[in-house]
Formats: sequence, structure tokens, C-alpha cells
Amino acid sequence: MNKTVNQKAWFLVLPVLVLVAFSAVIPLMTVVNYSVQDTFGNNVFFWAGLDWFEQMLESERMWNALGRQLIFSGIILAIEVPLGIFVALNMPKKGFWASFCLVLMSLPLLIPWNVVGTIWQIFGRVDIGLLGYTLDKLGISYNYTQDFVAAWATVIVMDVWHWTSLVALLAYAGLQSIPDAYYQAAKIDQASRWSVFRYIELPKMAGVLMIAILLRFMDSFMIYTEPFVVTGGGPGNATTFLSIDLVKMALGQFDLGPAAAFSIMYFLVILLISWVFYTVMTNLDKREGR
Amino acid sequence: MAWMAWTVPTAIFFGTIAALLVIFTLLAARFPETPRTGALGIETTRGDRLFITLLGSAFINLAWLGLVDAAQYWALVVCLVFAAAVFRWV
Repeated sequence: MNKTVNQKAWFLVLPVLVLVAFSAVIPLMTVVNYSVQDTFGNNVFFWAGLDWFEQMLESERMWNALGRQLIFSGIILAIEVPLGIFVALNMPKKGFWASFCLVLMSLPLLIPWNVVGTIWQIFGRVDIGLLGYTLDKLGISYNYTQDFVAAWATVIVMDVWHWTSLVALLAYAGLQSIPDAYYQAAKIDQASRWSVFRYIELPKMAGVLMIAILLRFMDSFMIYTEPFVVTGGGPGNATTFLSIDLVKMALGQFDLGPAAAFSIMYFLVILLISWVFYTVMTNLDKREGR
Repeated sequence: MAWMAWTVPTAIFFGTIAALLVIFTLLAARFPETPRTGALGIETTRGDRLFITLLGSAFINLAWLGLVDAAQYWALVVCLVFAAAVFRWV
């Protein structure tokens, strides 16, 4: 705990830093440069100061997109994490069926985002899609292109379908690492199923669950392709999340300045949340003495 | 470099951050330190405190821009006070 930290090893990271500079740092610097200027194309720029930031901070459009994004991430985390744990708890621990379940669970993770979007876009169509057609025949009004509840439900169920496996697999890995002695001790104490979960399984899964929550949060916070393919951000702006709005602004309207200011604020929020998660995770690890 | 659309203020901004990173890197290499636990209850090194300062300063500037009418320079003063507090207590 009180060991002196030798930071010299960081020099070994320099080659990676050079590579990352070209893929991330230099583009990010360019975005910062754009955010304080205005352009009409042709690489001619005019100084705009902090106007774009001020405009974005007052923009209802950005706050609405941020609100929708937070609600979306909140809902999918609230569904995927408990569901993932539930699935992991009920998966076979060893033998043929354990391997079978693992392969089955990883299938959705292998499908590219735009293909998932297309699958659900067709699946939900009232004329040819199995889901849309069935719901329609059951007399349930369902049309994700016109009804915002249907659009949200489709996007959320799609994300749950695509990513719950990730949480389940991580939670499963956490469960597998618990030695049998813990369960035997619980049995001797006649602990209830709930106590076993609460005092043995959950604490042992805490580390991997933090990673799962961090990954799912980041991914859902940056989601673009799936809702773009299914709803295109509609109906109206109902499923226009931050990335979709950003692309509309930067490429659709060619408002590079405001879009750059928007990106920087988006980046700062992600950086803050990632830092909080990272700090909590490393502190958890230290407390457990890993 | 023309495509990057550099301006003098943004060049100074990135130059300052780069200089800070170089200084802290050299400091860390020359004077290795023991992480300490501060007001936030987390272990931090000088580098961590610099990161917290820079990230916090970004949010202070945005909040100033959105909520306060006074000139943006004053946000820098708040940031410096914030930096001093972070390096002293966090």
C-alpha cells in the first residue's frame, strides 16, 4: 500500500501514444479548433470565440437529446444488468450444456450493429415482419415509424436482445470463480438462497459487474447505428440520441462549429463518467486486495 | 497543418496542456511519490490530481459560460483556486 510508485514505466507507452495521436488526439485537436471558428467550406475559417459553446448550452435540442440519451442508458442498464445476472445464475455450471449455453449466449454479440438494426427493422414491420405482423393480428397497435412508444420499445428490446449476453457472460465468469467452499459454508449455516446471492455471489461478482455496467453504459451512451437503421431517429425526434443528433448537425447541416462544440461537451461527459467508473473499479479492487 | 484550422488561442491552450504533461512526467520520473488518500476517499498521485483539475476546469468553464454573465477570464481564476484546492486536499 505504501510502496513508492515508479512512473518511469510510462515511457514504454510512448509508441502507443504516437499511434493514438494520429487516430484520436490530432482529430480531437482539430475538433477543438473547429469549435471556436465558423466556416462556409473551402477550408476558410472565421474566429467565433465561445459563441458556439454558448449557443449549444442554450440549445433545447441538445439538452433534449442528452435527456433522451440518459433515459435510454438508464432503462437498458436497469433491464440488462438484473436480467444478465438472472441468466448467469441459471446457466449450467459444467458439462455439455454449459458450453452450449456459452456459444448460444455469444451469438448476438457477433452480429454487427447495422445487421442487428436491419433484423429488427424487418422483424418489426407490420406487413412482412413476424413481430409487427403478430402484434397487429393480436389487435395491438404497433408501428415504430409513427408511434414513439413503439419506437422506444423496439430500440430498447433490440438493445436488450443484442447486449444482455455480454452482462450474462461476464457475470457467469464472476460466478465460476467462486470456490465451492463458500457454498459449503453457506449450506452448513443453512443460509437461504437469497443470502447466498446477497453475501456470496453478489460481492464476488462486484468487480466484473462494474466492468459490465461501464461497458454497457459507454456503448449505450454512444449508440448510433441500431436506432439509426430502425427508426432514423424518429418519429419526429423521439429516438434522436446524442450521436444521431451530432451527425445530423455536422454532416446533414454542415454546421461544423456548433457540432464541434457539441462533440466536446459530449466527450467531457463521457470522460467524467468513465473516470468515475474507473476510480470506483480500481478502488474496489484495492479494497479486495487484488 | 492548414486542414487542422489552428488558431493562436487553441494553440496556446494545447501548448499549456502539453507543457503541463511534460512537467508532470518529468516530476514523476525525477521524484517518485507515494499515492495518498484525500478528501474524495480515493488514492491519488500528482498525475491523478492534474487530471481531476483539468476535467473539473472544463466543467467550471462551461458552467461559467452558461450560468454567469461576467467575463470568461474570471472562470480561469475559479479554476486556479479549484486547482490549488485539489492539489492541497484531494
